[in-house]
Amino acid sequence: MDVLIAQSLTCVKQDRVLFSDLDIILRAGELVHLTGPNGAGKTSLLRILAGLAQPETGLVHTNSADTYDVPLLYLGHKLAQNKHLSAIENLTYWSALHRVNPSVESLYHILAQYQLVGLEDLPTGQLSAGQQRRVSLARTELVQAPLWILDEPYTSLDVTGVSFIQTRVDEYVSRGGCVIMTSHQALSSSHLVRELVLEYQI
Amino acid sequence: MFVWLHPYAKTERAYALCNTLMPYFLSAAVLGLSVGLVWGMLFAPSDYQQGDSFRIIYIHVPSAILSMGTYVAMAIAGLVGLVWQWKTAYMSMIAMAPVGALVCFISLFTGAAWGKPMWGTWWIWDARLTSQLILLFLYFGVMALYYAFSDRQQAGKAAAIIALIGVINIPIIHYSVEWWNTLHQGSTITKIGKPSIAPSMKWPLLVSIAGFMGLIGTLTLMQLKNVIIERELHRPWVKQLLSQQETK
Amino acid sequence: MSPLYSVIHRDFTLAMRQKADIFQPLTFFVLVITLFPIGVGPAPETLQKIGPGVIWVAAILSALLGMERLFRDDFNDGVLEQMQLSNLSLSWIMFAKVMTHWLLTIVPLILISPLLALFLNLTMPMYWALLATLLLGTPILSLLGSIAVALTVGLQKGGILLSLIIIPVFIPLLIFATSAVDTALFGLNYLPQLAIIAAMLCIAMALTPMAMSYAIKVSHQ
Repeated sequence: MDVLIAQSLTCVKQDRVLFSDLDIILRAGELVHLTGPNGAGKTSLLRILAGLAQPETGLVHTNSADTYDVPLLYLGHKLAQNKHLSAIENLTYWSALHRVNPSVESLYHILAQYQLVGLEDLPTGQLSAGQQRRVSLARTELVQAPLWILDEPYTSLDVTGVSFIQTRVDEYVSRGGCVIMTSHQALSSSHLVRELVLEYQI
Repeated sequence: MFVWLHPYAKTERAYALCNTLMPYFLSAAVLGLSVGLVWGMLFAPSDYQQGDSFRIIYIHVPSAILSMGTYVAMAIAGLVGLVWQWKTAYMSMIAMAPVGALVCFISLFTGAAWGKPMWGTWWIWDARLTSQLILLFLYFGVMALYYAFSDRQQAGKAAAIIALIGVINIPIIHYSVEWWNTLHQGSTITKIGKPSIAPSMKWPLLVSIAGFMGLIGTLTLMQLKNVIIERELHRPWVKQLLSQQETK
Repeated sequence: MSPLYSVIHRDFTLAMRQKADIFQPLTFFVLVITLFPIGVGPAPETLQKIGPGVIWVAAILSALLGMERLFRDDFNDGVLEQMQLSNLSLSWIMFAKVMTHWLLTIVPLILISPLLALFLNLTMPMYWALLATLLLGTPILSLLGSIAVALTVGLQKGGILLSLIIIPVFIPLLIFATSAVDTALFGLNYLPQLAIIAAMLCIAMALTPMAMSYAIKVSHQ
C-alpha cells in the first residue's frame, strides 16, 4: 500500500535549485534512508513531504485512512517543546492538539521506557540535549500514523539511545509502518533499508 | 481565460516583454510629459485667484492620482503572485514599489511647495496630504519587509500579504482621514481648484497624466529588468545576455 | 482536552510561568503616559485635550511591544510546525492564540485605564467612551498586528520592522477611537464612531485568521 506519493517535486531555495522533478513513492513496511551531502536539500525535501513547505512545482499526496489519527508524524530539527513546560505537559498539549488524550499514567509509562524516570515534571529546559530529544521522540508512541518522517532523530542521543530508537523504528516497520529518515550514520536495521540519495546540485 | 499570460511567468519571456514594451512607454512618457508640461506651464491660462503658482498641478495632480494607482497595481501583482505562484508577479510587484514611492514623494513635495504660497506654510495636516503621507509609509513597509528576507520567493509572498492589507486599508484610511480633517478644521482652503476646472486647463492636465503613466511604466520596466537580472544571475540566458552586452 | 482548548490552556500556563511578559507592556504603557504631562506641562485643559490620543497611541505602542513575542518562542521551538501539521485548522489555532494573548496582555491595560483617565483629567463620560473604544478597538490591534508578527517571526530583527509595516494600518482606528472620546467630552452621541470600530472588528475577525495562517506558512517555508 502506498503511504505517500510525490510527483515531480522541484525545490528552489535562495534561487538555487536543490532538486528537480523528483518522484517518490513510499510504501507501507518500508524503511527509507535519505542521504546526501550537506546542503543537498534533505531537510527541505522532508519538510515538503510533511506538508510544511510548498514545492516550487509538484504535488504530494498522503494516504489518510480513517484508521489512523494523523496521515503522518513529522519530527524535525526543532524539538517542538517549550522549555518552561515539563515533559508531561508538552506531551499532553501535543496529544490534545492531535485529538488523542492519553492518560497521565500512560505518559509516565512511556517516558519511563525512554529512560526519563524522575524527569517527567521538570521544565524541559533543565534536561540535557539528549533527554530533550528523547521526549520529542516519545511522540511516536502517542499517535497512530502510517508514516514517520524523522529528520536526524539520532542527534545528541547516546549509544543506548540510538539503538533504542532503532529498535522502535524496526518494530514499527514490522507492524507495517513506513519510515523516511535522515541520519549521518549508517542504519543498522533488521529490515532492508532503501537508500535514497540526493545529489548536491550547483 | 488568462492562458495567454502563462508564458510570461517565465522570467526570460517576461524580460523579453519588458524590452518590447519599453519603447511604447518611453515614447508615451516623453511625448505626454513634454506636451503636457509645456502646454500647462506656458500656454494654459493662469488662475484668477492663484496666479501662476497653480501651474504646479500639472505635476502634483498626476503624481497624486497615480501614486495611489500604482499601489493598487502593486497589490494586484502581489495577489496574482499569491494565487498563481508566479515568480514574475512578485518581481513586478517589487519593481513597482520604489517607483510608486518616488511618485508619492513627488506629489508630497509638490504639494508642500504649492502649499507655501497658498497656505503660507510648507506643511498643513490637510486630508489629502495626510493620506498621501500614510501611503508613502505603506510603500516603505512593503519594501522594508521584502528586503528583510534573504529568500526572494518568501520575501515576495510576505510583501504581497502586506500590500494586500494596505490596499484594503487605503479607502478606509482615505475616508477616515478626510472625516478627521473636517472634524478638526472645518472645510478649509483645500477646495481650491477642485470645483470644475476650465477645459483650457483640463486638457494639458490629462495629457500630463498620460505622460506620467508612461513615465511610471518606463521606470517600472527598467526596475523589473534589474530585478529579473539580479535574481536570475546564474541562469544561462542571463549569462549569455551579459556576455553579449560586454562584447558590444 | 479538546484541541482548541489545549492551545488556550497551554498559553495561559506559559503566561503564568513568565509573568514578566504580562507586566512589561503594562509598565511601559503607564510610563509612556506619565511622560506626556511631564513633557507638555500639567495644565488640566491641555491634558484633557490630548488625553484620548495619548492613551491610544500608548496602547498601540505597548500592544506592538507585547505582540512581538507572540509567536516567537513557538516558532523557534518548532511548536508552530506541529500545530500546522495537526488536524486542526491553523487559522483557528492562530485565532485562539491571539485572543488568549489579548486577554493576557491587553486586558490588563484596559483594567488600569481608570488610573490613566485620572492622570489625564478625563471626565466621566470621556472615560466611558474611552473604555468602550478600548474594548472594541484593541482586539483589532491584536488581530491585524499578529499578521505582521507572523510574517516577521522568522526574521531575527522583528521589532522595528513590525512597527514599520503595521502602524500605518492602525491610523483609521486611532482616528475613530480618539474622536469618539472627544465627542463624549461635549456630551454628544459617539455611537456612530463605536459602530464603525465594531464594523472594523467584525471584518478583522473574519479575514485575519486566514491571513495569519498563510503568513505562518510563508514563514515556515
